[in-house]
Amino acid sequence: MTTRTAELLMGFATLLVSLGLMWNVWSDGLRIDWVDGRGPGAGVWPFWLSLGMALASLATIIRWFQGKTPESQSLEPYIARETMFLVVVSAVSILVLLLLMTIIGTYLSLMAFMLFYVRFLGRHSWGTTMAFVIGTPIFVYLLFEVALTKYLPKGWPIFEEGFLWLDNFRWQYF
Amino acid sequence: METILVSLAGGLLQAFEPLNLFMIFAGCLAGLLVGCMPGLGSVNGVAILLPVTFLVPPTAAIIFLAALYYGAMYGGAISSITLGIPGASTAVATVFDGRPMAQAGKADKALMAAAIASFIGGTVSIILFTLFAPPLAAFALKFGPQEEFALMLLAFATFIGLGGDDIPKTIFSILLGLVMAAIGFDIISGQPRMIFFDMVEFQRGIGFLVLAIGIYGIGEMLWTLESTKGKVQMHNVTITWARMKENFGQIKEYINSTWVGSFLGFFVGTLPAAGATPASLMSYGLSKTFSKDPESFGKGNISGVAAPEAANNAASTGSMLPMITLGIPGSPTTAILLGGMIIWGLRPGPLLFQESPDFVWGLIGSMYVANFATVLLNIALIPVFIRVLAMPFTLLTPIIFVLCVLGVFATTDRMFDTWIMLILGVGGYLLRKLNYPVAPAVLAIVLGPLAERSLRQSLISSQGDVTTFITRPISLTCIILAILLMSYPLIQRMMRRRTAEPSEN
Repeated sequence: MTTRTAELLMGFATLLVSLGLMWNVWSDGLRIDWVDGRGPGAGVWPFWLSLGMALASLATIIRWFQGKTPESQSLEPYIARETMFLVVVSAVSILVLLLLMTIIGTYLSLMAFMLFYVRFLGRHSWGTTMAFVIGTPIFVYLLFEVALTKYLPKGWPIFEEGFLWLDNFRWQYF
Repeated sequence: METILVSLAGGLLQAFEPLNLFMIFAGCLAGLLVGCMPGLGSVNGVAILLPVTFLVPPTAAIIFLAALYYGAMYGGAISSITLGIPGASTAVATVFDGRPMAQAGKADKALMAAAIASFIGGTVSIILFTLFAPPLAAFALKFGPQEEFALMLLAFATFIGLGGDDIPKTIFSILLGLVMAAIGFDIISGQPRMIFFDMVEFQRGIGFLVLAIGIYGIGEMLWTLESTKGKVQMHNVTITWARMKENFGQIKEYINSTWVGSFLGFFVGTLPAAGATPASLMSYGLSKTFSKDPESFGKGNISGVAAPEAANNAASTGSMLPMITLGIPGSPTTAILLGGMIIWGLRPGPLLFQESPDFVWGLIGSMYVANFATVLLNIALIPVFIRVLAMPFTLLTPIIFVLCVLGVFATTDRMFDTWIMLILGVGGYLLRKLNYPVAPAVLAIVLGPLAERSLRQSLISSQGDVTTFITRPISLTCIILAILLMSYPLIQRMMRRRTAEPSEN
């Protein structure tokens, strides 16, 4: 896809989002005008600002047709093929990390994420990879669970119990 | 003046408390590291590390983040000079002459000049900050909701007028941030608003950190991966004690540009849309214009390194002035700091000087100390930073991603927010590729609740009479300035057309 096409599509996407926001406020029955004795209704701010967003998107679309923005004249690819791989793989790997966090818990998924990123994407040595795979969960545990007292997601009960069994050592011995 | 000195002395004492002093050094070090990594700047560091600062009390937390902000300005120069890639957008102008100097084997000279100029820029602006902040805060005490709203309007108008980006896209970005801030329960009527797909998670709204970390963590890393293709090319730097001493003696060559950069940087930094990047570019331009040898700029003139470096440090302090005194951030980084202050339970704005003097003066005191700490750490650790810079992106990126995900989770304890962060991060990256500015959205989501509240309070107190904004002198002045700023691009275009016409005739 060229940058030119991407700008037009983005213009329509932002227009749709803006109209969707307006519809959302309207359909929820929020007042978008002055309420006697109570001041501006709850919907005034989001509704009228979303209208502003819609108008700004419309302006971008009109400017695209007039060829006024540099992007509307650019025939360069929106995301170059050579960089597409790195960018898409990175974004998808975070998506998988988030998914795994809710299934196998934070620590195991962090290890899998590091293994993938450092070894398979970065092609680093096994030594470096293992340092990251083991070091990251330890660092995260010490910083978030111990210092910041946050209970990070532990996934399904079986994984949670496994973690709690390990975590118990901390309370027993430290 | 006397009260300022007494308060400042108290602030300095506070800065020397062991925890605070440790935070200054830790912040400077983190800032230098973040700043020197290509693609990452102060705003990314502050956004990603803000959740971690909940470990310590608010004063120590802001001291850490301010030191980080400050350190990142120094750090940016390191990669600009040795890699030829700006460590942060604020160090773009440093590449122009820093890179040719490094190619000519004078990287150490350029690094030293950058450190010294940053130190002078920082010192000048902290002194100006100390002098200006208390009277400005005292003046701002007269502000009612009308003035607050007008001031925020002015802040957004500067983005439209001076941001230099596509105007409809800038407006879209501002409004998107403001609307996103309204998700959740209405602050006045308590009604739920914009609960998409009836998901209860939306009732708690979208925190500014979710957007900030999405855009400046995930989005920025995707952007950097794309622009560097995961690889960097480095120049060798030879540093010896004798050369360092020799370089220190050459300060006369660039002292004038440094002064210009320092003062210019501070004042440009106080403007919301401007900040450190335009300040450093303007400073570079000015010292080139007034140089006796403008031809040598861009080919390795040491003044071309000193001028932007002095300016970006001065601007970082300058942008804290409106944040502390008026509650209006002067840059995306200070917008995140402001959001942090709200999380810590402080109320940013003029009352801060009265309600939390320890916090404010502790911060100011720490900035003096941070300036010394950073210049020392910077010069002493240049070889270490160069090692860090050689670290491949495939090692740095996963660490940042993990910090982003867990940082967002740690602030809200909800996986839901991490999903939203990813969506916003990828969305922000796609928008940014089409030249949509993202900084206004971050500023807007922080200011959104404050702006809506002040607008509604003003209208309720005036019983719906909108002239309340123009019958009060301070509010009227702000609104006139805002209109002028918003129409500035139009006026500029008309003037350009007028000057073009006679030449055509």
